[in-house]
Amino acid sequence: MAWFALIIVIVMLASALAVLLLKDFLSALAAFSVVSLALSVLFVLLRAPDVAMTEAAIGAGLSSLLFALALRKLGLWRSAKDAA
Amino acid sequence: MRRFTAALFLIGLAVLIAGIYQQMSFYGASVNLGQAINSMAPNQVGSANLVTSVVLAYRGLDTLVELSILFTAATAAGMLLHRRKPATKTDPDGGFVLRAGSDLFFPLLVVVGIYIILHGHLTPGGGFQGGVILACAFFVPLLARPGQQLDQRWISLLEGLAGAAFILIGLLAMIDGAAFLTPLLGKGELGSLFSAGSLPVLYTAVGLKVGAELAGLLAHLSAQDALD
Repeated sequence: MAWFALIIVIVMLASALAVLLLKDFLSALAAFSVVSLALSVLFVLLRAPDVAMTEAAIGAGLSSLLFALALRKLGLWRSAKDAA
Repeated sequence: MRRFTAALFLIGLAVLIAGIYQQMSFYGASVNLGQAINSMAPNQVGSANLVTSVVLAYRGLDTLVELSILFTAATAAGMLLHRRKPATKTDPDGGFVLRAGSDLFFPLLVVVGIYIILHGHLTPGGGFQGGVILACAFFVPLLARPGQQLDQRWISLLEGLAGAAFILIGLLAMIDGAAFLTPLLGKGELGSLFSAGSLPVLYTAVGLKVGAELAGLLAHLSAQDALD
């Protein structure tokens, strides 16, 4: 089971790096929600399904929606293809 | 003046921490509490999910305070965002993927949210998680189609009724002389849908309140004008 946790941790670190490095805001937002989603899988491995559900609903769901709304309000809602 | 305030704050914090350190025993009773609840909760509360029996039965008052914190935060945000205007036409369209996805996922998210709320006493999850999922379900269509609005009056009404129902159920227990929020209606059979007394009803109230509150807050935010 340790190797699975290791994979998840690597995925989390990689997507957290991607949030910092991606120039496109929408892609960065998607990477941000992947961090939360992987964290919720980690919670399931730690036998904390309640916490995992909360993390998935709030971390991956609600806060991504909130950020998406903020992107729209700030006029940053466009993918790299539109800008090019 | 600022230094004085900072010193006052630090002294207050030190007093608080010292008080907690004095009053709380970090060893002893509280360490064994988990095992005691594990062995006693199924017989006392009748909820198959032990987390729910702690959240709603043993520590129901904490949940009520938690709900009121959320309510205060949402009310404060609503007051700050009071100026209501329809979403401007300059809001970009959500695009085909988001529109089709929101149409496809709306019924699915609603069913999952209701399922998680109603099975809060049997499986992991409950009112808070299901409520957040319901709020997301009603908000994604707004994100996909700018210009649509949720009816704020119905949301406020639903939120108020759900909050009142939670407190009323708590008060009903006091008629028989039991403590506030004591589970009612008998325990039922462990693991069946109609079990754990009034806990599923309480969780439904929690779910509706959390969902209505967050959906109302997000709708409020989306109805705002863009900041230039």
